[in-house]
Amino acid sequence: MTADATPVRPGSLGIFRGWMRDRPLVPLFILLGALVLLLEVIQPGIVGPSFVSSTMRFAVPLAILAACQTMTMLTGGIDLSVAVVASMTSYVMATFVSDVGWLGASLIALVPAALVGLANGIGVGWFRVHPLIMTISMSLIVSGAVNVYARANIAGGTRVPPEITWLGGQTLFGFLPNSLLVFVPLAALVLVGLRRFGYGRLLYAVGDNETAARLAGVRVGNVLVVLYLLSAILAGIAGLIYAGVIGSATGRLVDPYLLPSVAAAVIGGTSIFGGRGGYAGSIVGALILTVLVTLLTVLAAPEAVRQILFGAIILAVAAAYTRITEES
Amino acid sequence: MTDTAGSEGRRLDRAAARGLLGRAMRGDAWTVGLVAIFVALLVFTKLLRPAYGLDALAIASLPVAFAAVGQAIVVISGGIDLSIGSVIALTNVISALLLMNAPELSLPIVLLVLLIGLGIGLVNGVLVVISRVPDIVVTLAMLFVWAGAALLVLGSPGGGSVDWLRELITGTLGVEVLPRALIVLLVVVGVVWIPLRRSRLGLSIYAIGSDQLAAFRSGVNVARTKIVAYGLAGFFASLGGLSLTASTGIGTPIPGPYLLLSVAAIVLGGVSLAGGRGGMLGPIVGIYILGLIRADLGFLRVEPAFSTVVQGVIMVAVVMVGAYLTLRRRTA
Repeated sequence: MTADATPVRPGSLGIFRGWMRDRPLVPLFILLGALVLLLEVIQPGIVGPSFVSSTMRFAVPLAILAACQTMTMLTGGIDLSVAVVASMTSYVMATFVSDVGWLGASLIALVPAALVGLANGIGVGWFRVHPLIMTISMSLIVSGAVNVYARANIAGGTRVPPEITWLGGQTLFGFLPNSLLVFVPLAALVLVGLRRFGYGRLLYAVGDNETAARLAGVRVGNVLVVLYLLSAILAGIAGLIYAGVIGSATGRLVDPYLLPSVAAAVIGGTSIFGGRGGYAGSIVGALILTVLVTLLTVLAAPEAVRQILFGAIILAVAAAYTRITEES
Repeated sequence: MTDTAGSEGRRLDRAAARGLLGRAMRGDAWTVGLVAIFVALLVFTKLLRPAYGLDALAIASLPVAFAAVGQAIVVISGGIDLSIGSVIALTNVISALLLMNAPELSLPIVLLVLLIGLGIGLVNGVLVVISRVPDIVVTLAMLFVWAGAALLVLGSPGGGSVDWLRELITGTLGVEVLPRALIVLLVVVGVVWIPLRRSRLGLSIYAIGSDQLAAFRSGVNVARTKIVAYGLAGFFASLGGLSLTASTGIGTPIPGPYLLLSVAAIVLGGVSLAGGRGGMLGPIVGIYILGLIRADLGFLRVEPAFSTVVQGVIMVAVVMVGAYLTLRRRTA
């Protein structure tokens, strides 16, 4: 936003940095390309249609969760309940399938997700609880509630319906994941919404300067209530798709995706302090992380080393990206 | 920059506020209220199960109490350490492994682990300062790194401990109200934190948390203070890891719920997440309150999963009331 106005420092490096600053997606794509290239060098022949297809399949749920983080981070918040909400939604859906079919079960499963989002929003928006605290506490409640529900539902069993498996796990023309049918409209809505819709602009306004937004007549509390509600519903949808990707649903299915979802948004250039960033970067960030996981798997590194490298690379990318795009 | 204007306005409002509720939120009243809640819970627990000893509570709460103290220091300095659970796990497995292999060198090993914890914390702090990436992101990434390192040290639960470590924290010091684990906690925190708080460095920690720019303009070395704050958090995390080794006798490479509990405790304890405000007594009492609630729910035969829900609801309720009171004060 403000990047356009800053003067470009003279010298070729300055011009390069200025150019990068105006096109923050370019370095991300370069990194993504480099990772894919590295993968191909390490294991020749791996990069092909099936690789692209599986990368997209795993990146879609992560990218949806990253949308939750992007939007909340734009207001200076964060939503750490997305992963448990996604797990809960997938599990609740899987327990209802036998009774009401896949569509009914999915809609029923999104109701508790929406309620969690509403609670988050009321806490953050109206009571002004710190988003970190509010959403961490809510995830405690949700994970406990899912366990209670699972205990009560032992006899019922779970089943991921073929329609959900089709959506998450299968491809069109053997190449394009079906989940793109949900993701592309959703991503387009978020991308256009953040740029063009009044509500999207409000998120930037609140994150940039909350006091100014308030003085300009924005009902900040209500904006935040709607935001966290949206975030939880998106998380629920991500959970449904991920259940299809994996083909099963448990109460903790999506939990490991929490930190990567934050990382995807951060790598994608959204400022955790609010007001700066966008969703396009987060999508590329989700792709980068997915390729990175594949790369670490291909290296056959033990779990411990994989975790260390994952953390180190996230930090390195975030630091490099901050340096390239920050206003000097 | 917008923060500066905001906090200035808030300070003016605070000066103007004279409401009873507003005053209750300030400083000591909050801690006094916490202690009252703690005593009420304790009486309730004693009625429920007369045999319940304070020493059980103090031992179970010791690792997370150290985590809360470390977290509080970082939060007061305006940051947050999401990697604290991983650092506890890492120091836990390092100490358990070393103590199993060389039990005769137990004292040097303990000192070494404390140094390692301090070093890990300093690394976190240096990375926060030089990467210029927000604290949340850096410590989030380091959460993976330290957890991976813990797995590298010990692939599965194992290792050992020595008797004197266990004896140091089990039982009571004569009377029942003086569990050894509590004494250890109070002595360590007292020896490290109280002199620090009164020193120039301690003041700097509060200063950079309160208003980094103002602190910088007043001549505080912001980068160094920040690094020290993270170093202290690592130090206290290693104490948490050691007390885990002492109480369980083994090392476990998978981090427990210490991050969540440490953040919950500091919020309960009246440390502002915005930085610059709070002390150590509140978070410690907060930890014991959370521990008592967990114990009570167990005695009431509430199933563990539901007990998690109750704990979460209590946390949400407390932070909502706290935030509401702050809001009232601000607009009063």
